[in-house]
Amino acid sequence: MVLGSVATVTEDETLLSATGLTKTFGDFTAVDGIDFAVRKGECFGFLGPNGAGKSSTMRMVGCVSPVTSGELRLFGLDPARHGPAIRARLGSCPQRDTLDEELTVEENLWVYGRYFGLSRKEVRTRAAELLDFAQLTDRAGDKVEPLSGGMKRRLTIARSLINSPEILLLDEPTTGLDPQARHVLWDRLFRLKRSGVTLVLTTHYMDEAEQLCDRLVVMDHGRIVAEGSPRSLIDEYSTREVLELRFDAEDHQDVAEQVTGIGERVEVLPDRLLVYADDGDQAAAVVHSRGIEPLSALVRRATLEDVFLHLTGRTLVD
Amino acid sequence: MAMATPLPSDAGTDAGVRSRARPGPRQPLSTAERMLAVFSYFLTVYRRTWRGSIIGRFLSPLFFLLAMGVGLGSLVNDRVGGVDGLPYLQFVVPAIVATQTMWVAMGESTYQVLGYIKWNMGYHAMLASPMSVRDVLRGHFLAVAAHLTTATTIFMGVAALFGGFRSVAAVFCLPIAILTGLAFTTPIFAFTARQEGDDGFNILFRWVVTPLMLFSGTFFPVEQFPGWMQPIAWVTPLWHGVEACRDVATGAVALGPFVGHVAVLAVYVAVGWWLAERSFAARLVP
Repeated sequence: MVLGSVATVTEDETLLSATGLTKTFGDFTAVDGIDFAVRKGECFGFLGPNGAGKSSTMRMVGCVSPVTSGELRLFGLDPARHGPAIRARLGSCPQRDTLDEELTVEENLWVYGRYFGLSRKEVRTRAAELLDFAQLTDRAGDKVEPLSGGMKRRLTIARSLINSPEILLLDEPTTGLDPQARHVLWDRLFRLKRSGVTLVLTTHYMDEAEQLCDRLVVMDHGRIVAEGSPRSLIDEYSTREVLELRFDAEDHQDVAEQVTGIGERVEVLPDRLLVYADDGDQAAAVVHSRGIEPLSALVRRATLEDVFLHLTGRTLVD
Repeated sequence: MAMATPLPSDAGTDAGVRSRARPGPRQPLSTAERMLAVFSYFLTVYRRTWRGSIIGRFLSPLFFLLAMGVGLGSLVNDRVGGVDGLPYLQFVVPAIVATQTMWVAMGESTYQVLGYIKWNMGYHAMLASPMSVRDVLRGHFLAVAAHLTTATTIFMGVAALFGGFRSVAAVFCLPIAILTGLAFTTPIFAFTARQEGDDGFNILFRWVVTPLMLFSGTFFPVEQFPGWMQPIAWVTPLWHGVEACRDVATGAVALGPFVGHVAVLAVYVAVGWWLAERSFAARLVP
């Protein structure tokens, strides 16, 4: 409600941009000259497997890790010179919760608000609103330690919102949570986005990226290998549908040649074959007509997982 | 049902001043505000833990007071008539005042600090806010100074009841003791930020804290050692803290040496602080 009245902003205002952004640790290059830009109000994702450089990127964006080379700007400011001023306008949910488990739920928020210079009164009001948002009001006076993983995550998010950030950074927000807890969290993030907060997140879950992201980049080995909306990436790098075939075979490579020529392309995984075709049922019919008898045949819609597989030859979650 | 909103309401914001709880560029925090923000975190933690810590704070120096001051003291007083004309209790109490700050400093600067670096990552949480490494250190040092103040005040109160001080001038032991504690705190912070596990702490306890306690003139004057050993005491912060506290408590302050003691302690604090900033930055802002 107040976000829109902050300043006269145009919808396509770029809040965050990186050019040739690089991070090295000794000889190791974690982030290898990436370019991206995030516009106000969108949800922007970094999708990639563990070790792709997503978290290193996030730490630079969060102004808690210096840029090795390249240019990074948030709100038009350089983190090297204006780190505190930028961080005052960011919310940050690190991969691992950094809550104080000995303190109560609300104490965690009160303490954190003080770091942003909120008065005692402001912190109390804000904490109450955020606990409501995070559905933790009835746990306000409890210690953090016994809370479930999902609750701790929600508390971390509530805490990161204490300063009403314009950009919220989420590093693997739902890793380690059960499906139910993930859906609750996604719902909260979706509401945040609707209220105008710009979200930047990393994930190695393609369903999370599809659910939340307006636009994303696919990262691998510190580089960006593709960029676009989930839909456009699937359209560009995959067929509409995928036929999954499982055979009674030690190595699916051996049976791969039987399906040669069906669909546009075939990917071989250790436990199954993926036949890429715009019409999966038709491809299944062709398989059948050739007299090939898989243990199972499943037609599904193509996902970002398929995009990643096509781009890197590997799956996202090993 | 009203939709839960993540946005700030107008309630609770201070009219007139642009609230930092509002989106957009914020008024930066002053140095003091940043230090106090970090300090208020430690204060919140302390409100939860003071009961447990205060017992330890009390008991171990109290045991020393009883064993050394009263037990050993009566023997010393009977046989040799005290130390330099002082009853042994009044000789040893100002020294224990200084020495217990070393223990407090150890307690506050080892596992705790490594915990904030590695285990609960409390420092990382602070550094994601506008706080910098420098702010975090300032706030945490202030918190340790507060611990040193409480612990020393309590101990001095108890020791006074036992007749451990010769004159009221002993109250000036308090600032010296705090300085002594900080002379350990800042270098130990720097040391801790370079540790992966607690092995280093055991070494610190065994090879630094214990020998210092025994050989810094706490329980007997360093002059009891052969001449070549005495300069070793001169470079350790504890000896300077012990000497300065004892001088103040017994009313035997010689200005030159006293200023020297305080200066050495201040140098330890300053160099330790500088090292701590470097090792914290290297560890926390990779």
